[in-house]
Parts: sequence; structure tokens; C-alpha cells
Amino acid sequence: MSKHVGKSVTRVDGFDKAAGRTKYYEDRVPSDALYVRIKHAERAHAMVKSIDTAAASAIPGVVKVLTCFDVPDTPFPTAGHPWSMDPGHQDVADRHLLNRHVRYWGDDVAVVIAENEVAAMRGVRALTVEYEDLPFVLDAQKAMEEGAPQLHERFPRNILKHTDMRKGDYAAAIQEEGLIKVEGWYDTPTVQHCHIENHGCFAYEENGRVVVVASTQIPHIIRRVVGQALGRPWGDIQIIKPYIGGGFGNKQDALYEPLCAWCTTQVGGRCVRIDCAREETFVSNRVRHAIRFHIVSWLRPDGTFAARKVECYSNQGAYASHGHSIVAKAMGSFPQHYPCPNMECDAWTVFTNRPAAGAMRGYGMPQASFADESNIDDCARAVGMDPMEFRRKNIMPVGYHDAFSGNTNYFDTYNQCMDKGAAFIDYARKRAEFAADTGPVRRGIGLATFWYNTAVYPISLETSSNRMLLNLDGTVTMQCGETEIGQGADTAYAQMTAEAVGLRSYRDVHVVSCQDTDITPTGLGAYASRQTYVAGFSIRQTAELLKEKILKYACEVTRQAVHNMDIADGNIIRKGDGQVLMSLSELAMTAQYNPVHSEHITAESTYTIRNNAYSFGCTFAEVEVDIPLCKVTLKKVVNVHDCGSLINPALAEAQVHGGMSMAIGYGLSEQLLFDEKTGKPLNNNLLDYKLSTFMDHPRLEAEFVENAEPTSPFGTKALGEPPACSGAPAIRNAILNATGVAIDRNPINPHVLFAEFTKAGLIRDEWQEGKEE
Amino acid sequence: MYDMKALYEAESVEHAIALRLEHPTAQIIAGGSDVLVQMREGKRAGAELISIYGIDALRGVTLDEEENLRIGSLTSFSHITRDALIQERCNVLGEAVDQVGSPQIRNIGTIGGNTCNGVTSADSASTLHAWEAIVELTGKNGVRRLPIHDFYLRAGKVDLRVEEGEIQTAILIPKASYERTFGHYIKYGMRNAMEIATLGCSVNVRLSPDKTIIERCRIAYGVAGPVPMRCPSAEAAANGHRPTEELAETFSRAVLEDINPRDSWRASKAFRQHIAVEMARRCLIKSIRKAGGALQ
Amino acid sequence: MSNQYKLVRCNINGKDVEKVVDVRASLTDMLRNDYRLTSVKKGCEVGECGACNVLIDGEAFNSCIYLAVWAEGKHIRTLEGLLGPNGELSDIQQAFIDETAIQCGFCTPGFIMSAVEILESGKEYTDDELRKLLSGHLCRCTGYENILRAVKKTMYKRLGKPIPQ
Repeated sequence: MSKHVGKSVTRVDGFDKAAGRTKYYEDRVPSDALYVRIKHAERAHAMVKSIDTAAASAIPGVVKVLTCFDVPDTPFPTAGHPWSMDPGHQDVADRHLLNRHVRYWGDDVAVVIAENEVAAMRGVRALTVEYEDLPFVLDAQKAMEEGAPQLHERFPRNILKHTDMRKGDYAAAIQEEGLIKVEGWYDTPTVQHCHIENHGCFAYEENGRVVVVASTQIPHIIRRVVGQALGRPWGDIQIIKPYIGGGFGNKQDALYEPLCAWCTTQVGGRCVRIDCAREETFVSNRVRHAIRFHIVSWLRPDGTFAARKVECYSNQGAYASHGHSIVAKAMGSFPQHYPCPNMECDAWTVFTNRPAAGAMRGYGMPQASFADESNIDDCARAVGMDPMEFRRKNIMPVGYHDAFSGNTNYFDTYNQCMDKGAAFIDYARKRAEFAADTGPVRRGIGLATFWYNTAVYPISLETSSNRMLLNLDGTVTMQCGETEIGQGADTAYAQMTAEAVGLRSYRDVHVVSCQDTDITPTGLGAYASRQTYVAGFSIRQTAELLKEKILKYACEVTRQAVHNMDIADGNIIRKGDGQVLMSLSELAMTAQYNPVHSEHITAESTYTIRNNAYSFGCTFAEVEVDIPLCKVTLKKVVNVHDCGSLINPALAEAQVHGGMSMAIGYGLSEQLLFDEKTGKPLNNNLLDYKLSTFMDHPRLEAEFVENAEPTSPFGTKALGEPPACSGAPAIRNAILNATGVAIDRNPINPHVLFAEFTKAGLIRDEWQEGKEE
Repeated sequence: MYDMKALYEAESVEHAIALRLEHPTAQIIAGGSDVLVQMREGKRAGAELISIYGIDALRGVTLDEEENLRIGSLTSFSHITRDALIQERCNVLGEAVDQVGSPQIRNIGTIGGNTCNGVTSADSASTLHAWEAIVELTGKNGVRRLPIHDFYLRAGKVDLRVEEGEIQTAILIPKASYERTFGHYIKYGMRNAMEIATLGCSVNVRLSPDKTIIERCRIAYGVAGPVPMRCPSAEAAANGHRPTEELAETFSRAVLEDINPRDSWRASKAFRQHIAVEMARRCLIKSIRKAGGALQ
Repeated sequence: MSNQYKLVRCNINGKDVEKVVDVRASLTDMLRNDYRLTSVKKGCEVGECGACNVLIDGEAFNSCIYLAVWAEGKHIRTLEGLLGPNGELSDIQQAFIDETAIQCGFCTPGFIMSAVEILESGKEYTDDELRKLLSGHLCRCTGYENILRAVKKTMYKRLGKPIPQ
């Protein structure tokens, strides 16, 4: 019977956050720090011929101007992936601190370092950059064409990578008689993470080393990247990660930490700060890959698949960042989601002159899910089946095993999730009732499902280290490299540690929230929905070690055999009769201050995780579509997740709400736009980029199916990213149900609806007819 | 920290006029929600500012001796919405400015600033046009009043004379305009808050005492052209007619003869035309209902 | 240009204070840099996210687009001012914790200050009205759901009424 896990306790960082005293990077910047402002290229593709810095340098307060002609010629990678000892598996090193070859509108070409903000801004405006313009390309498929503008010499036709997957015999299978072909092109947009705290950092030298305090998800990885970028031993670099105001994958990348670190070395080690403005966050950090899918499904009239073909074109933008990993994951979702004996899948990652795409909550799955779940609804419609029944028939069955990841679908999860979602939304009754809507305002119900991996094994290393210290008051201080980024990881760790050690309360665990690579045991950070899963292994293991040491010392004091004792409620007890022998505090004091055998009881260990786990779920959405106004109102929405056992149900629910909100924006409104003529971003601010507001949501409902994950030390598996995966296609399918119009791109905003409704004849503006398209 | 060259704070209207004359290139700042944003963008970087925000005499809504509504130019949107006189006599204006941006923007944003920056998307502007508001400008030679339609010269440019040291001091809605008149405003946006209008439509009607005839109908749009605009063809189609379904159709289709929206990345011309017609129809029907009438 | 400074006297969190500030400063700059009130966050600096929201004479303002010199004579409240003399949280702060309305915590101070204005009006609002009153804040973590719950729960508690189903 668990005492601490599975309980909706309040956050360990709740008080300080509610009191407004939590310190983020900007709250810790020394007041004498110099301001670094970046000159961003105003070209989508060009070579910098020269930069005239004279006027900028003459501005009072400007300390130094550095340009792309000053930086070391040391290319480095930025992706927040674990380092690989296999050179073939290392991330593409295609970045410089500042760039002579401008590859997107907003690329970094120079910096002005100044004593105050205004001087730095003026300095940037005073720079004159002379460019040699190059042709540019924004579309992934166009970038693959012969003769398209080339971004990186090493990658002909701009193809960063192509991978494929073949199963059975697609060509033969489609010859079967009576097959129904359902084909579609599904387009997903470039979107941005929009954490409310922009990325920023400050850096200074201390004892000849470089210290960077950064708003990042991955301090230990950042240390390695900064070392690579500066060409310095990694031990020369110290990264400190304070509380951060959200990340969602954008901060799972080296953003401006390398540049900031370099700038301090150029001004004699004085403290320098880089604070991204919101406009820079949108363009010069990372974005989510826009992926275009081409799906051809061959169905038998009974609603089973004979064969499927999937092509994925992933728009990487200007630099490799996380690169092909994202579309590879997207492509990999298809054969497992709806297993089909004959499949052909191909994925391309293609450089274009757009901002670099990196990790964003869902890592390819929101895109894949939009395409696959749209196609699935189209398939159900083509054979006249209810879309939920169609899914029940074709979805990954119980017992399904994936040889590569080693994952198994142990439970009848999908049906359990769909049952819950359908009950909440009143699926059958409403679909029947809404079918009668024929007026200008129509209602509809849609659903979508997803699966998701937990952590990155076996593609990359999965490791977690942990340190526990027994304090003199019997509490435990715990440290690990898996970071708190808002999701509540520290609270879950406190609960798991209290459980594993046997403490009275999760409040008796002091989780050191701030990671400092000089102090914190190496951990890889927050990504891949891995935190509670991977940290769970090292927490379990380290807690066992700590207990062993405690009981060993207790044996000296109590003269009870180690195996006859245990720790419960913060006391050492005798197992046989439960008698309390001494409190942990007494033990700690005794051990620490023993004049002949003094011991500060600590434990530290690393666990290499060689498992992965499927996480599952679905979204059901109810919409009302005002056809003449081209507006969709989301009336009701529910997400159902099987992420194994919940460590903290209230935090889990909150996590799901956030993902649902992101999915609603993805489905209906969010999209970063670029001017076709210049490649310039058009809406890189929070007014023109349509993040959903407080008034754009119905009540968000989160439900769970708790099938304890057998491979997991606490029964948990992925929940961080999964809530962002199935919302958009559920909304798309609800619009289809309401109007009969199948829309194959998101966001489904009024512009798209206007075009689609016009095409479908649902709206007719006679005055437009006869005019050219 | 804003990149401004200097800041002059006006303590009174007279002081503001003097500052204007003394610093003719300086930009006036009221609530600042547009000016400061532009300054940060670099558009107005290094400019001199004359702040009139501190002139409390320019705040508040009153009735003058002729019972015209007089709205001080620095009255914030939220105060307009909450004002009893507005609610009683020109409620739609309060409703319209209650759709500006967000609660915080409605607290800082002023109706004077909203009209003086001359943008077509201002949520107050279509309603002020539809209610034939009068703009009061005060300069070194006293007060000048002109219809709001004439105040807007072109996109981003209003008739505010720097050589006169003018500032806008009030917006008036004449009694003849608001009497027995009821209106409705629809803001079309891509989301429900923190939004700039894709199109704004404001309609108001005065019905005959027996509610069977539309005595007077007025309609104005924001974002249907470079400046906010009235639709004379549509108004003519409605004036003196019975409120029927057919009339609503005729009326709404007639707006196409008057409006001239453009293609931009925010929305296509065709889309704006499409929703303009639908919004005109819905606004008219709603206005008729608010006036106590019904479609016959 | 020659730098221009001005003495600004105001009341911050119940205390009369004065400082000479650069006229170019926003109220965010003044509160964060001159008074170290770091609950005032910067998320966009153009009034679109609400992270820097403070109460000025009882009304919510984005301090990023409010000139520091305008604070002259005003009563300003930030989240720091809500804590009791012995470090007690106010009911609305506690509700944010209890309802899991906090995740990364970056939008939290701004949201709570808008909630204070709502709650101090003493009025009862519908869910839709509350959504509108809180719509000047963006949050990427919570989907707003638990924030609504926290504000609503505290509103009814203060009104002494049960929460309607």
C-alpha cells in the first residue's frame, strides 16, 4: 500500500510561486551585467559581405561589437540529445555562434554588447550589413527539387536525411480486388512553444572557467554544447539552471547559451546577459516542424486494411537541431498505431529558409496524429463505418509487441480509453442527434487516438543519476539532473523518494530544484516525457542504497540484524513487531556525531534504463460550426490517458489540461506565417500569433485509465507530451462530422473554413463568381 | 527601458498646447498602448514624447447643456463601458470598446488615443462613425469641432494640427444621434480575446414609434477600407423601409457597394467581403430587436 | 541625449516610497530594478501576455507599457504585497496552490493580481464573465482550467455562498 505516491499533494514549489518569490534567471542577473543584443538578418538567404560597425561602436555605452567575421570556425550541434559515442549517431554540427551564411530571416549575424539596454538597442540599429542575396525556399518539397536553393553544401537537394520502413508487399497487396482507396495530403503548420518566460541567460567567468545561468531544460547537455562551441574542455564550463517559466521542448536545445558564454570571454569575463524578446523567441529559437503527409490507404469493404503507404516531408528550417529524429518518430507511429501487413513508409527531413525546427511537446506525434487520425476518419467514412468502431477494429491490439523498442501493449487500453471518452461526451446519442442539423449552425462529435513512447531508449542513451543525503533532522535531500520546468517533477520526485525511503511525508524530502553541473549528479534533463519514468529507476535504486547504509549503521546502535529492520514513517522499525527502534533523526545525529565512527550518510547511484513503455490515450471533441461566419466553437472536450499509475493525480490532470490547450491552438488557430515574397516572418508576436486565450476554451476534462506499467519502478509512463497529440485531429473530425467537410490541414481557422466551405458549396458568394480563383 | 529622446509631461490642456508648439516633432502619448509598442519596435525609437496622460480634466463622461454626450478624450475603455450615461444613451459604444484587447488594455487604452492614431481596426471607430460623433480639438486658437468622418484623413493620419498646438480633448455624440436609437457591434476576430479586429461592424437603427418602419439606419465598418467608413448605399436601402428578412438581405448585400477591404496576410479581400455581408445582416437584426422591433 | 531623471513618489504595497527614476523606464523596470519586486515578470513587453500585471489604484495594468513616471501619486500593488506580516498567504494565493493552478509559475503573479481586482469588487460573476475578466493573461501550462477553479472557489468563499453545480 503506497503512502505517498498516488496522492494529490500540493506542489513543493507552490508556496514560493504563489508568493511571487521564485527566482527565474532574470531575477538573478547581477545589476552590472552588460546587455548583449543580437543583430538578426533581414534576409531569408544571403551571404554577409560586410558589416559596418563604426556607427554602433561610437554610441556611448557600447562596449563591444562582434560580428560573424569574429567568431571561431568551430561548428557545433545544438540538439538536446544525449551525446553518442558513435560518430554516426551524433547530431549534425552545422552551427556557428554568428553566421556569414544567412539561412533564414532572423539568423544571427552580429552582437552589440553595451552597458545599458538602450545603448545595445541603438547599437544594433546602427549596424549596416551588406548582403549578397541568394534565392530562398520555404517549402520542404520544393527544397528537394533539382535546382532548388541550397542551404548546406553537405546535403544535396537539402535532404538532411531520408529513412524508410517496408513491411509485407505493398505493390502486390493493392492488387487485391474490391479495395477502396482513401488518399490524402495532410499539412501541418509551423508553430511555436510560447512558454511565457522567454529564453535568456547570463554568463561570466569565475576562476578561469565560464559560468552560464540559463533558462534551459537540459543543463548537463548545455555544458557539453557550450564546450564544443567554444572549443574548450567540458569541465571548463559550469551551467546553472534555476526555475524556468516553461520550456515545451524549445529549451531542449542549446539556444543562446553558447553565444552568451562566448561573449563573456570577449569582454574579459565580465557578466553579460542575453534576454530574448518575444519576437526573437518566435523566430530565432526553435519551432515545431511543419510536416506534410501523403497517405494512401487501401481498404477492404469490411473496414480492414490491405495496405498503407505513408510519405512524410518534414520542414527542418535552416539548421539541423533535432533533425530527422522528429519525423522518424512521426513515421514510426503509423505501423504501430494501426498495424497493417503491407506498408511502405518514407520520411524526409529537408532544410528550408525558415527558422530552425526542434523539439516541441509531442516530438512529431501531433503532426503524425493529425494526418493519421484524419485519414482514419476518411477511411471510416469511405466504408460507411462509425469512426470509433473503425478504430476499435483496426487499432493496435492487446498483446501487440514492437521488437525495436521492446514495448508491449499489455492491456485493453485503447478500448478502455475510448469507452471513457465516449461516455463523457455522450458519443452515440449526440452523433445521432447532430446528424439532423442542416441549418447554418451545425454540431458534430469527433475523436482521435494516439500512442506515445516513454523516454528515448533504445534510440539513445537513457540514464539517470541521483544523490540522497540523510539530514540530521531525519529528512532527505535529493538531487538529480532531471529538471523541474513547471510540470511538477520535483513534487513527484519528493513523493517517490518519500515512498522509497520510508519517510513520514513527501515534505521530508528536500528536492534541490536548481541544477548546477558542478554539483548535480549527471542527468539529461526534461524531455521525451521521461522524467518520472527514468528518475523513478534511480530514485528506487538510490533509496535502496541509502536505506542499506542507514540500516547498517542502525545495526551498530540497535544491535538488531539489518534484515530484521525497515524504515517506515521516518523511523527505523523492527519488522517482526513493527516496534519503533529509533527515529531517522536520532540515527543521523548519532552517526554524524559519533566520536569513533562518524558518518554522514549519503547515497549516490546511476541507473541505465533499458526499457521503454507505450503510453496511450484519446480525445473526444464536440464542436458547433457557424458556417456563414466560418467559425468553430469547441463546446466540450475530454482527454483520456493511460499513463500507468499516477504519482500525483492532481498534477497529472493539470498537465493534461495544458496539453489539451496546446492541441486546441494547434487545431484551430496557431500558425507562424512567412511572407512568400521575402521569407520574412509575419506574425512573430503574441497578438498576431493566435495562442488560445482564456475565452477560447470550454471546460477541459481530463480522465485516466490507470494500468500500472509493468516495466516501471512506480508503474508510471509518459504523460508530459501525450496530451498535446490527439486534440487537433479530434476537432478536425468533429468538424467533418458537423459539416461533412474533410479538412486536411491545420489550423482550421476561419480562412481555411471559408475556402473549404466555398469549395463544398456550403457558402456561396455569387458576387465572387466569375472572378478568377 | 524605452529608447526615447525626451519626455515632456503636460499638466493641463494649456500646458499640452504650449508643449506641442514648443516641440512640434514630439509625439503625443495618451495611454501609450500603441505609441510605446511602436517605440519598442524601433518605429518611433529616439522620439520625443509629450505625455498628456496626467491631465485628469480630460477624463469622464458628461452631458452638455444640449444633452450631447461628452466623452473626455482620456477616458479609458473600461470606464466608458461602466459609465451610466453611456449605458443609458449609447450602450453599443460601451459594448464595442469592451472588446478591445484585454481587461488591462481596456484600463490603459483611451478613446482619444484610439481615434488619434487613425487606424481602421480601432474598436471604437466604427461605432463612433455610425453614431456620427463629433471630435473636439483644442489648440492655441481655441476649440475646433468636426465630424469624425472628416477627422480621419487617411490610414494612420488624422486632422490634428501641430501648428495650432492641437490636442484632442473630447468626443461628442449629439443628442440627435443617440435619441431613440439602438445599435449593435460585432467584432470579427480569430480568437475571443486579445484580438485586433479582422473586421468590425456597427449598426444602429431608429424605428418609428410603432416599430414598423426603420426611420434611420446607420452602418459603419472598421477594416473595410484604409479608414473606418460608413455605407451610404446600405443605409439608403434600409431607411424608410419595413424591417423584413428581405430587407436585411438587401441591406447587407448593399454594403458591398460601399466597402473596399484589401487583401493582406491577416485576411483576404474575399473573406472580408463575405463576413461583412453576414455581419451587417446580423447587426441589423440585432439592432432592430434592441430597438423593440422584430423582422416582419 | 542628456539623461533625464525624475523623482517619482508613490505608494507601493501600502508603503509610501520615492525614488529618482530614468524617465525612459517602464513601470516594470522601476518595480523590478529599483524596488526588486521580481514577481513582476516580463513575457512580451508589449501588453499581450499579462505577466507584468499590477494593480494601480485598484485597476489591473500591464506595467510594461506604463511609464514609470506615471506612477507619481498612485497606489501600486504587486504580488509581494499580498503576503501577510508573518508570511501568510492570502486566500487566493492558497487557492492557486490547492487547485493546482500553478505550474511553471511565470504567469502566476499577474493572474493573481487580476484575481484580486475581481475578488475585491465583491461581485458574483458567471464562468464566462470570469473568463473575460482574466483574459488579459496568457498561460501555456494550465489551459486556464485550474486558474478558473481557483478564482471561482475563492470568489464564492468570500461571498459566503456555496459553489453552484
